Amino acid sequence: MSLSSTAALDAQNIHVEFGGLVAVDDVSFTIPQGSIVSLIGPNGAGKTTFFNVLTGLYKPTSGAVIFGDKEITGNQVHDIAQSGVARTFQNIRLFGLMTAQENVMVAMHSHMSAGVYATIFRTKKQRAEEEEARRFAQELLDYVGIGYTTHEYARNLSYGDQRRLEVARALALRPSVLLLDEPTAGMNPNESATFVQFVQKLKEDKGISILLIEHDMSVVMQVSERVTVLDQGQKIAEGTPAEIRSNRRVIEAYLGKSGSEASK
Amino acid sequence: MTKIEAAHHAVGVNNKKWAIGFSTVVGVIFLLNVFVLPNANTQVQRFFNAWFSLNSLAEIMIWILMALGLNIIVGYAGLLDLGYVAFWALGGYVAGWLMSPFLSQFQVNFFGNPRPGFDQGIHFNVFLVLILGGVFTAIWGIIIGGPTLRLKSDYLALVTLGFGEIIPQFMLNGSDIGGINVTNGAQGIGGLDQPKIFGYTIGTFDLPAKFLMVSLMAGAMIFFSIRLRDGRLGRAWLAIREDELAASMMGVPLWRTKFSSYAIGAVGGGIGGVGFAILVGGVYADRFNFVISIIILAMVVLGGMGNVWGVVVGATVLAWVNAVGLVQVGELINSTFDTKFNFPSYQFLLFGLLLVLMMLFRREGFLPEARMRMVMNEEKLEDVEKVTDDKKIGSH
Repeated sequence: MSLSSTAALDAQNIHVEFGGLVAVDDVSFTIPQGSIVSLIGPNGAGKTTFFNVLTGLYKPTSGAVIFGDKEITGNQVHDIAQSGVARTFQNIRLFGLMTAQENVMVAMHSHMSAGVYATIFRTKKQRAEEEEARRFAQELLDYVGIGYTTHEYARNLSYGDQRRLEVARALALRPSVLLLDEPTAGMNPNESATFVQFVQKLKEDKGISILLIEHDMSVVMQVSERVTVLDQGQKIAEGTPAEIRSNRRVIEAYLGKSGSEASK
Repeated sequence: MTKIEAAHHAVGVNNKKWAIGFSTVVGVIFLLNVFVLPNANTQVQRFFNAWFSLNSLAEIMIWILMALGLNIIVGYAGLLDLGYVAFWALGGYVAGWLMSPFLSQFQVNFFGNPRPGFDQGIHFNVFLVLILGGVFTAIWGIIIGGPTLRLKSDYLALVTLGFGEIIPQFMLNGSDIGGINVTNGAQGIGGLDQPKIFGYTIGTFDLPAKFLMVSLMAGAMIFFSIRLRDGRLGRAWLAIREDELAASMMGVPLWRTKFSSYAIGAVGGGIGGVGFAILVGGVYADRFNFVISIIILAMVVLGGMGNVWGVVVGATVLAWVNAVGLVQVGELINSTFDTKFNFPSYQFLLFGLLLVLMMLFRREGFLPEARMRMVMNEEKLEDVEKVTDDKKIGSH
């Protein structure tokens, strides 16, 4: 398969144990360049653990994460983020007491260079850099559709705007891979539908490869090119949304054995 | 301009207003003491000497400097440091070592200004000593912060607490380290050089000049603090204070960023230490105790964590009350009501009372950051909601 050469992010045989308890069991997973893929599974399937391995929060017991052509397994969280793997959080984690603009600008930290001296004496370079950062932040806020919140404190934004701000902040890292952790949690069907369109637009506009963790099946089925299903730490199925929908093991995992029997 | 943009504009204007206010106060105090008071009648002189002596006002400037240094660590980055006095002590001893006859094994004079007949020892130029004081404390900040900033902040608080005890104890007992007298023990190092700045020698009793010098230092620290907060580093500190994990996930290197706040805060303490040593003309170990760390921390918290002008106000009020207010107000009360309370001895009782009252009625401090004010008030609203909810349940 030529998949590995065009993979934006490639996780190989990831195995995570917490003191003997296997959370993720030998899972391989690929995000092809410029695609939207999804990771689904019932609660406790190991989705978030897997996610945390990709972003460097956990070091896998064994296995490797390849980003582009570099292995990033066990790298520092901020190193992985700087190299272009951005994420949002399931339970929104914005910097609540900072404005929307400041939130986005924090994520530009690694793309900026002003040190103590330049900041104190506002050198020409520092001023230009700040100006450019503010402009880019506004561009991103406009892009996600909350351009009117620039100087609003993040904690005062509405729930939907906070979710959008998280995306804008992640985009400020100029990522090549974007990991979205349950982005439509708490949204109504209308908002979810808008969000699906937005994710597709994001992929097309910026050429970013996107990984979704989702509970909302309709979102997953609409937007993903491939779906991977985890259950009790193991990969039980992988394929197109249509394949997954009719996969027996998936139905069993979600509805239980008798459920699959009943659906026959 | 939208309402919010206007509010942000107002912050900038506010900064300017405060800066002008600070400069004006410093200027007025200076002119008053140079031109007016020497010619005033004794009653006026006595009043100012008792309530606003130039010495106590100069000391207040040092406290402001210290509190602003700690504010970078505690207020900006949200790291709890309980041993800030160590940096004060280290800065002070740098001045003691590098601009006095004390280290008589050496005889160095680098643009210094030794007193006539005291050529032995090291005599560096005062500017160089200020820089070296900052560098020296930064190095100690690195030694302490390096390993501990990887830990969770509670552990940092414990380590700094120990550090704040160890350094002063070392200074107090350092008169014979392997046969070398490093700190002169409890006697301390006296007879510091009179600093010579652009050809002007600040004499031992030249208080107006000393006051001007420490005021300039405090002013510079205010300026640095504001500039740093508004820049790339300040944003990263704030982000870490808000949510460490999210900050690192957004590419902010945690350790390095915390570390920079700790080192820069330490430099503030070191420079303040040098300034204080020059002000009192020496450095004495018994002054550097744990209580000082706590008082500086209280200045930051009571003034309004994170807000530069709040910390300036907090430092001014607490330092004045500690040095002058308690004694003077106490005497006033004693003479008016014919009582015999020894007010200064109740310092910590009153101090504790003030802290408790502030925590009860104004947790955000005298002059909080705009952002902090919002949260604190919100929590109050939630409390009200809870109470009304309870009442509803009760009435059923």
